[in-house]
Amino acid sequence: MSEPRHLRSRAEEEAARLPPLLARAEHLAGTVLLGDHGRRRSGLGDDFWQYRPVQPGDPRRWIDWRRSARGDDRFVREKEWQIAQSVMLWVDQAASMRFSSTDKLPQKGDRARLLALATAILLVRGGERVGLTGTLLPPRRGQNQILRLAEFFSVEDSADYGVPEHRAMIPNARALFVSDFLADPAEVKLALTKAADRGVRGVLMQVLDPSEEAFPFQGRTIFESVGGSLLHETLKAGDLKTRYQQRLAERKDELQALCHATGWQFTTHHTSDSAQSALLWIYRAMDRGTS
Amino acid sequence: MMLGPIGFAAPWLLLALAALPLLWILLRAVPPAPIRRRFPGVALLLGLKDDEAVSDRTPWWLLLLRMLAVAAVIVGLAGPVLNPQQQGRTGSGPLLILLDGSWASSRDWSERADLVDGLLAEAGREGRTAAVVRLTTPEAPVFQSADVWRTRLPGLAPQAWEPREDAVQGFIESLGTEGFETYWMSDGLDRASRDPLLAALEDHGAVTVHEGSRPVFALRPATFEDGAVRLTALRALPGPEREVMVEAHGRDPSGQMRLLSIEPATFAPGETTASVEMDLPAELRGRLSHFEIAGARTAGAVAATDDSLRRREVALIAGREDREGLELLSPLHYLHQALEPNADLLEGALMDILPANPDVVALADVATLSDAETEALETWVEGGGILLRFAGPRLAASEVSRAEEDPLMPVRLRSGGRNVGGAMSWGEPKTLAPFDEDSPFWGLEVPGDVTISSQVMAQPDPTLAARVIARLSDGTPLVTRKDLGDGQVVLFHISANAEWSSLPLSGLFVQMLERLSISSSATAPAPEDLEGTTWQPVRLVEANGTLSNAGTLPGVDGAVLLSDPLGADLRPGVYEGEDRRIARNVMGAESTIAPAAWPASVPVEGLARPEETPLGGYLLALALALLMADILASLALSGRLTGARPRATGAAVVLLALALALPAAPIRAQEVEDTTEDAAPAADARAIEATRELVLAHVMTGNRQIDDTAQAGLRGLSDTLFFRTSVEPAEPMGVNLETDELAFFPFLYWPITPDQPTPSAAAYAKLNRYLRSGGMILFDTRDADVARYGAASPEGRKLQQLAAPLDVPPLEPVPSDHVLTRTFYLLQDFPGRYAGGQVWVEAAPADAELIDGMPFRNLNDGVSPVVIGGNDWASAWAVDTSGAPLYPVGRGYAGERQREIAYRFGVNLIMHVLTGNYKSDQVHVPALLDRLGQ
Repeated sequence: MSEPRHLRSRAEEEAARLPPLLARAEHLAGTVLLGDHGRRRSGLGDDFWQYRPVQPGDPRRWIDWRRSARGDDRFVREKEWQIAQSVMLWVDQAASMRFSSTDKLPQKGDRARLLALATAILLVRGGERVGLTGTLLPPRRGQNQILRLAEFFSVEDSADYGVPEHRAMIPNARALFVSDFLADPAEVKLALTKAADRGVRGVLMQVLDPSEEAFPFQGRTIFESVGGSLLHETLKAGDLKTRYQQRLAERKDELQALCHATGWQFTTHHTSDSAQSALLWIYRAMDRGTS
Repeated sequence: MMLGPIGFAAPWLLLALAALPLLWILLRAVPPAPIRRRFPGVALLLGLKDDEAVSDRTPWWLLLLRMLAVAAVIVGLAGPVLNPQQQGRTGSGPLLILLDGSWASSRDWSERADLVDGLLAEAGREGRTAAVVRLTTPEAPVFQSADVWRTRLPGLAPQAWEPREDAVQGFIESLGTEGFETYWMSDGLDRASRDPLLAALEDHGAVTVHEGSRPVFALRPATFEDGAVRLTALRALPGPEREVMVEAHGRDPSGQMRLLSIEPATFAPGETTASVEMDLPAELRGRLSHFEIAGARTAGAVAATDDSLRRREVALIAGREDREGLELLSPLHYLHQALEPNADLLEGALMDILPANPDVVALADVATLSDAETEALETWVEGGGILLRFAGPRLAASEVSRAEEDPLMPVRLRSGGRNVGGAMSWGEPKTLAPFDEDSPFWGLEVPGDVTISSQVMAQPDPTLAARVIARLSDGTPLVTRKDLGDGQVVLFHISANAEWSSLPLSGLFVQMLERLSISSSATAPAPEDLEGTTWQPVRLVEANGTLSNAGTLPGVDGAVLLSDPLGADLRPGVYEGEDRRIARNVMGAESTIAPAAWPASVPVEGLARPEETPLGGYLLALALALLMADILASLALSGRLTGARPRATGAAVVLLALALALPAAPIRAQEVEDTTEDAAPAADARAIEATRELVLAHVMTGNRQIDDTAQAGLRGLSDTLFFRTSVEPAEPMGVNLETDELAFFPFLYWPITPDQPTPSAAAYAKLNRYLRSGGMILFDTRDADVARYGAASPEGRKLQQLAAPLDVPPLEPVPSDHVLTRTFYLLQDFPGRYAGGQVWVEAAPADAELIDGMPFRNLNDGVSPVVIGGNDWASAWAVDTSGAPLYPVGRGYAGERQREIAYRFGVNLIMHVLTGNYKSDQVHVPALLDRLGQ
């Protein structure tokens, strides 16, 4: 008896989280203007392409009466064809993403979901198909896909560090991986090489908390991962700062090199920075991949 | 135990300080506890080793901080005291505390009292008996428990005089043989009685003298010399140059005590006296009450003034002022000469001078006075004036006081007068007889060369003998006097010039005038002059230099007034005798003050006693502060203060808030003040808003829905008025009867709810004032008047209860010819959301009659202060902000018609409020037109 009720209350709780996420994602997506995505030929789209004379079979409502009134011939207004792409998203849902150093900053996972969903909204608006990596949610277009994405994004992973899903990559598609990439880099390497094999190119976005970058700790400390699987004790945390930062830089370099080799793009985003600039960057980067 | 100026109550506790090094070792060995911190980056940390293992020990400065805190706690608990009272000054035995108690000690009396209190407390602790004696009122010392004396201490006050020598001698004799220790609170002034007293006290035991260090100033009585008031200030210690301000106090013309003048007096270096002259006009001198040294506040620095500074005002009026150039023959010349040194002379017309209320009016050879002058003079004499008349040719020739005694003449006169010793008469000029004993002139020497050659003669009368105060050698009256009311009339039977006698040329004339109090003497009276008289104290000088009313103190014999030293039965102050006032000041004309000189064997101490200051509290507070610092430092050291975890910062915030709690409270108080200051401008703004345009208002009932409906209803009515009439109201307002001003609103809508609060008495007063000054209230019970008035609807009952204290006139249902029915629209019905309920207004006067040919009666002149109904008008009027009706009224077209009539009623009502009986007055229009036609 209690099980379904419990499930339902949790589901409602989760569902209640969706609208704000969606709204914020919509809001964020609204700040980016569509454009630069045309296919340079006539077809379905928003931008004007050309006027052509009416041919038999054209419905009357297609006729552009303003243009036609200038002469005896009737014209149809054609628009530029905007082709649809498949874009696969992977957002790290692992425990390590559920971290923020202060109450004022959002959790890393929160920011990652927001960015991914906003990108998805933009892409769907642009007529692309968006889905998740793996077989869970294949790319589709339409508003419902956004809802489904949001639903999947709110499912949390119990693993301590997330690894990218590399199965069932659609050839020649685009991909967006958002994570903190603190897990074993071998997995990322595997996924990226596999993707490169299939002609999939995309973007790696590393989301980090400012404290992970600055390491502002002092004194005797036991560090533990969010999931609790890893422990490290130090007597003087201040001394570890330079060595930690060195390791972090190495990790970034490694990822950068990997991206370079596979034709992907890499950036690091901090939760203390504005989400909008990150979204813009993602959008431009995705666009660069498609055109 | 003592360490310098610090003593300890529990010095053994200090041994615990030895345990501090142990604590050092213990604390040093324990490293700070680790923090558990969630951090995803730990994946990158794995495998990193610590370089050194140093920080598993507490840093030395943190240790030092904690040691200091612990040390402060230990020392604080040991009870340190700064300047502890030394126990047992000189041992045991009875204690005599001797106070000089004179005026000179009044300035630092509170310090003396504190010192005595401390000494008594100490004696009480040691079980010593004590006695407290004031030398100004010495009694034999009574050795009692010190606590008893402590309770009586507040009753001891300094006296305005100095210890009398004879009293001190009596005190010495009363000392007995018992031994005691003496603390002598000296006032610092030298006097002859000190040395014998000191010797006597030293016979009984040790003597310690306490003296204040304040300089003592004194002021000698004022003297009047060469037209200026001269004052001499004294100081006890010759020192560097010092300037003191001498103030003259007195009454202003309205009778208030004021500072009349102020002059600096400068003591030259090394001098103990300083003189100052004040040039005060006679007018001010007459109002003086005392002089004092500013800020000295002792009886010695006050010099009360008496008649010696006052000069009497004498009005001189002659009957004949036409002989220019013949000054020596002027009837007033000798009076001038005699009076000028000691009196202020007024000259002019009698009626001009009398309002100035002179002390004396001298009429030289004035025979007849007009009725008005006679009456004014009589009133003035009866009020205490002295009328001094001199005879002369005119008086002798007149009929004044011939048959009937003139009220302004002491005697009746025989016609003509007489000449003696002249060329055409027999006999020698007459001389004066010696004065009788009951004459005011008794005792004056009669010079032999004063001769009288002419005089007016008094008619023999039964009362004549009693009225003669000087006579000639042959017994004929020369000067007669009678009392008239509080004043007196004096007649010299000779002329005021030297024509009739040589008396005006002699010194006797001046003395006689002086005796008659016509000129007051500048010289002080001699003690023997005052013998046998009684002097009543009027104002007393208190020890602290203030003047107080004497109350019912007994009079003082004149013999001792000037000569005896001051004491309890001869207090310094102003004494009043029969015809003058004498001031007895603390300082005499020749008094000096000098510092007391004590032999070297007597220890002289000041009045101040070092205060005991317990330091324990401060040390414990310091320990607490150190521990606070330790908390912060420990947090900082272990990374919890600035760390990424919000909980640690939360703790720091709590600590900070605790530390700042004290200063935070006044800040909050200030904010509250700010808000109250803001209230006034807000009220002003509201008043301006309410009066800038016409504003309809409704009473706030406290029921949100009713208030909103009333607001919306008045908004609808305001809009209707705006569209249809020249009344253009602004947005309506809710009015709180308790706090808001009602006078801004011509009209109040008051919906009645059964549960609304009854206004306070102040609010009712405001409402009644509002109704009387032309305001109108529309009461709406909103119950369709189903129950009729006086019956059982809850709103009806509430209305009765609410309106009971209101000043409401008798009411009646609106008559069909009431002005409400035609102020703008012609109406016979006043529906709101309900139709048909009765509406009540002020009843028409009983004598209102229908005049022939007039459509309406001439009803009440003015606006009905209340309109009462139950038709729920506000709901019918109510519109939302876009102007659409809020509540349905009736059904269909008939309902809209009813709403329209409701609006018309509202328009009529507001018109009635604003125009009053204007429409009612139209009944007079035919008559007015008729009249114009003529």
